[in-house]
Amino acid sequence: MKQDMNLAELSLYEVRRKIYPRAVHGWFAGWRWALVWITQLVFYGGPWLTWNDRQAVLFDIVHRKFFIFGLVFWPQDIVYLAVLLIISALSLFLFTAVAGRLWCGFACPQTVYTEIFMWIERAIEGDRNARMRLDKGKLGGRKLGLKIAKHGVWIALSLWTGFTFVGYFTPIKELWSEALSFSFGPWEGFWVLFYGFATYGNAGWMREQVCKYMCPYARFQSAMFDKDTLIITYDRNRGEPRGHSHKHTLASSPYGDCVDCGVCVQACPTGIDIRDGLQYECIGCAACIDGCDQVMDKLARPRGLIRYSTTHAMEGKKTRVLRPRVLVYSAILLAITAAATASLYLRVPLKVDVIRDRAALAREVEGGEIENVYKLQIMNVTEQARAFEISVSGLPGIRVWGESTAGLAAASSRMVPVKVRVPPDAAARGNHPIEFRVEAIGADRISATERSVFMVR
Amino acid sequence: MSQFTSGFWDVFIAVVTIVSIVACALFLKSQSIRRKPGPADTTGHTWDEDLAEYNNPLPRWWSWMFYITIVFSLGYLVLYPGLGSWSGTLGWSQISQLDDEQQLAAKRYGPLYDKFAATEVDVLVKNPEALAVGQKLFLNTCAQCHASDGAGSRGFPNLADRDWQWGGEAKTIKDTITGGRTATMPSFGALGEQGVKDTAHYVRSLSGLSHDSIRKARGEGLFKANCMACHGAEGKGNPAMGAPNLTDRTWLYGSAEPVVIETITRGRSGQMPAHKDLLTEAKIHLLTAYVLSLSQQK
Repeated sequence: MKQDMNLAELSLYEVRRKIYPRAVHGWFAGWRWALVWITQLVFYGGPWLTWNDRQAVLFDIVHRKFFIFGLVFWPQDIVYLAVLLIISALSLFLFTAVAGRLWCGFACPQTVYTEIFMWIERAIEGDRNARMRLDKGKLGGRKLGLKIAKHGVWIALSLWTGFTFVGYFTPIKELWSEALSFSFGPWEGFWVLFYGFATYGNAGWMREQVCKYMCPYARFQSAMFDKDTLIITYDRNRGEPRGHSHKHTLASSPYGDCVDCGVCVQACPTGIDIRDGLQYECIGCAACIDGCDQVMDKLARPRGLIRYSTTHAMEGKKTRVLRPRVLVYSAILLAITAAATASLYLRVPLKVDVIRDRAALAREVEGGEIENVYKLQIMNVTEQARAFEISVSGLPGIRVWGESTAGLAAASSRMVPVKVRVPPDAAARGNHPIEFRVEAIGADRISATERSVFMVR
Repeated sequence: MSQFTSGFWDVFIAVVTIVSIVACALFLKSQSIRRKPGPADTTGHTWDEDLAEYNNPLPRWWSWMFYITIVFSLGYLVLYPGLGSWSGTLGWSQISQLDDEQQLAAKRYGPLYDKFAATEVDVLVKNPEALAVGQKLFLNTCAQCHASDGAGSRGFPNLADRDWQWGGEAKTIKDTITGGRTATMPSFGALGEQGVKDTAHYVRSLSGLSHDSIRKARGEGLFKANCMACHGAEGKGNPAMGAPNLTDRTWLYGSAEPVVIETITRGRSGQMPAHKDLLTEAKIHLLTAYVLSLSQQK
């Protein structure tokens, strides 16, 4: 501080102290690694799967079609994206209310990639102490070599991540041959580098700062917490007073179970001391639990000095799992998920829009019949070529005149002009509601109806 | 930008923009350093009796993001039009972007149209692939007036029958699309109310519609004197000048007596716009085939 006084102007920004998380092993670390494997096998492997002779999961933005295994989504299906987001948000709320920041600690990409990057770091530079020593040491051949190796592997993994990400939007096998011949399109190249850089920067450099300063969820998750939420807690009654001495071995030791070894602090990826109580920085990764359990095992004391518990339990009260907010979140989540699943199952892979010819109102044709003309935009969302039969109802004697079938290629759309006639005197002057029905020939489940207006003048 | 009639506004916008950017940079600089040494000041605001607020500068990474936006904006203003009348070193404009996209489309779809353009119209008429493309062109360009099925509407000729106002040869149709047509039926109100009515009865008689035979007889003379020049002695019309055949059952504006009277009294004027500047020759070729196919379906 004294030195600071001499400076006329001082930047007050607190420079980040680099955190060197200590590797821990245990039940929760095992779960985190399991989730790393699951999420990353899905992420890296997903775009390589094939379905119906095409990429199984492909978000084809250029052609405005999203393929997810057997389903083809068109821009008209955007509501499913909204539903998916609602389901995700509600699941987040529910899990947070029940068990705190489960998402943050185990499944969030920021955590997952940081875990992978830290594993690489550990494999190359060694664990916490070795890394701290290395960073304090002078820049020599060994240090330079290790750093280059680490960043080299990080960058390679990041580029692969960026490549995989873009592979969800442009066919990954073509992308791969482009990559081999260095012939990415400008946007593909940009997004591979951009996403790769984001991975490298966030998982390699930013790490806990993303959670502490950038993530909006970290800031509002506390609104979902209550005294019955599972949080990672230090058992103050059991641990305090902290201390370590030979007296620990005595039955009459003045100290609690916490030996103040600092493993929980060293293991923390966000650099906090869990013994100070619940803090907004805590991402619920449970690394401190694993670390403390290891120490307790060595001391032959029961595990769980730091453990998942609730504020109520810590206060010696009863924890209520089924409380109104949990029930409400679950009910809404269940209802929306059921509705979305049913709607997806019942989804008709055919879409029809009727556009009435605006300039030509109504025309009188042979025999005094009245004719109106419509354009039917028919979208065949299935992956088979199909023929469709067009019919119309709503007025006595109303019928499609002329060609009433339309063939469509797989996953394509077509504009079909349709003439509709009614006998003379079938309807008075004015507008009459009618209904078009489009049916796939040979697949009676696939049909759609659309309303329009028939004009008589 | 025609409302900016003097150069003043160009300069005004440029100055305001530049001054704002510089001011932002200076403000940012002033907010990222602390003025006084020692521990942080508070802002002097107090809430709820004892809640004070530190007067800390912005985090450094945050400041840097703002500086990056400033650098970006300067680069943007050099490359793109933004400062008054400065058009940017990239020469970008909405029109140039449209031109680029149209050129790209022409390059991408050109070979398809070229293939069709090299084929005779009477062959294309039987080519479903060509007709599918032609239908899209028709629905985009022609259906507004001639209706989606090409059967027209009041005042807009039916293209799906075999009756042609200007001739139904492939070449004639192509000329019609390319150069447009103007059909003018002059006003014959000078014939007087009775004269017009008599003529109308004669015209209706030509296609076998109900009429008053006395009026028809009177109208025949008037027709020969006034209408023959265009519609011919027998009323069969003249495709060379777009004069409709009055002896068939096709009525562009309607066959009812009051409608025919109105046509004769006030005249009619039909306008088919020229498409040579809107569509390429290859597209017009394809449209010709599609239009011809409409009347050959039945």
